[in-house]
Amino acid sequence: MHPRPLPRLRKSNIALSLLAVLLLLFGLTLMEAAWRYHTVGHTVDRALARELGLTDLSLVTEARYTRHPSQTDRHSPFQDYPAALEHFPTGSLFPPPPHLTPAPL
Amino acid sequence: MPVFIEQQKYLIDYTLAALFRRKTRNLGLLLVYTLLVFLFASVLLLSQGLRREAAVLLQDAPEVIVQRLVAGRHDLLPAAWLDTLRQIRGVGEARGRLWGYYYDAAVKANYTVMAAPERKLADDRILIGAALARVRQLGIGDGFSLRAASGPPVLFKVAGVLEFSSELLSADLLLLSETSFRTLFQLPPALYTDAVLAVRNPREAAMIAQKTALALPSSRPILRSEILRTYDTVFDWREGITFLCLGSLLLAFLILAWDKAAGLSAEEKREIGILKAIGWETGDILRMKLWEGLLLSLSAFLAGYLLAWWQLFHGGAKLFSPLLKGWAVLYPDFQLTPTVDITQILILLAVTVLPYIVATLIPSWRAAIADPDAAMRG
Repeated sequence: MHPRPLPRLRKSNIALSLLAVLLLLFGLTLMEAAWRYHTVGHTVDRALARELGLTDLSLVTEARYTRHPSQTDRHSPFQDYPAALEHFPTGSLFPPPPHLTPAPL
Repeated sequence: MPVFIEQQKYLIDYTLAALFRRKTRNLGLLLVYTLLVFLFASVLLLSQGLRREAAVLLQDAPEVIVQRLVAGRHDLLPAAWLDTLRQIRGVGEARGRLWGYYYDAAVKANYTVMAAPERKLADDRILIGAALARVRQLGIGDGFSLRAASGPPVLFKVAGVLEFSSELLSADLLLLSETSFRTLFQLPPALYTDAVLAVRNPREAAMIAQKTALALPSSRPILRSEILRTYDTVFDWREGITFLCLGSLLLAFLILAWDKAAGLSAEEKREIGILKAIGWETGDILRMKLWEGLLLSLSAFLAGYLLAWWQLFHGGAKLFSPLLKGWAVLYPDFQLTPTVDITQILILLAVTVLPYIVATLIPSWRAAIADPDAAMRG
């Protein structure tokens, strides 16, 4: 007796399965976000911010107005010499804080 | 229902066979499409993650900070100001902070040096941030010397490294006692960098800021809400700038996709003509083309989005660190908490998937409603 040949995989089945896997993974990212939102505690970091009175993230440490953008004054980026232009690369990624910019008319 | 599903599967079979006939072109398109979604999704997720991180971490930042301005620039604040501040109704506590920057020429890095009286450090002991410890290869008990403002180096011993988990706040921090801070920077005892106010009723913070500005005209009060707004603006701005740069890429892709999808080749037109001639209805052809657009664009969207997710939240966001880093030597090694904004995902979906599907459907519909004979002749 000849063994029964395996059924040939249909292209549509493969494509739909792949799409289903991708959708499942996408769903998992949403679940991960929801789960991490509730489980990740920032207790230590927040206690440090409270204790030391920290005001800014140490994300960009190259210049003082990018290290502490919320504490900066209007002149910080142009402080080096008269008519000096701001020259740090990340300066272009940090706008002046809203409380230093004029209110719209 | 099973008949409908089976019919759709036959349409998908046919669509895939047609796509595989032009394998190189369609695979190239899929790759470019995935890359485009990856870049846009990365920027969206990174900004969203950082915005949330800032909002969570800085919700315990001081309610009001008072700086002294001299000729429009931040200057040292006299200790006598603290008494004036304490007398303002609604102020619970006013304390002076001592902090500044130190440029370490050895590694070309800037440190944020801060006096931490609460830690009760001995005068020759310091606590350092994890990134600083990494860059200088320092551990507990190691010696670390800083050049004092008066010239000679001051030797400290590392008493501890700050928590790795708080690197986003403390990567470049160097904590020491008040006496050491004053010795290092040659600071007179009656001066502080700025003052921090604790407010009895947080809803009165804005009013207290106004009173402070009246009582001390050369002061600049900064509210916690302003700090939080600063970070919102920073990440909105950055997102905007990156999108502007990516905009040209999106435009180029849209032209490519439109050209590919909208400009039906003579071969494709003939194919539609033949399908019509053998009995396919216009609806079948449109369904087939809808599957083509959907399979290609949805796979690219999901693959691009998932790659961005993995890269940012499980791969350490290495791709974007040079952009954030600039010329900085110290960079925090942090794990972003995944944050999803469904509206943003829907916008991304609408911007990337919908145009492609529309560009696939319209020309096919035009060819499908034409006479089969005319369609076959091209």
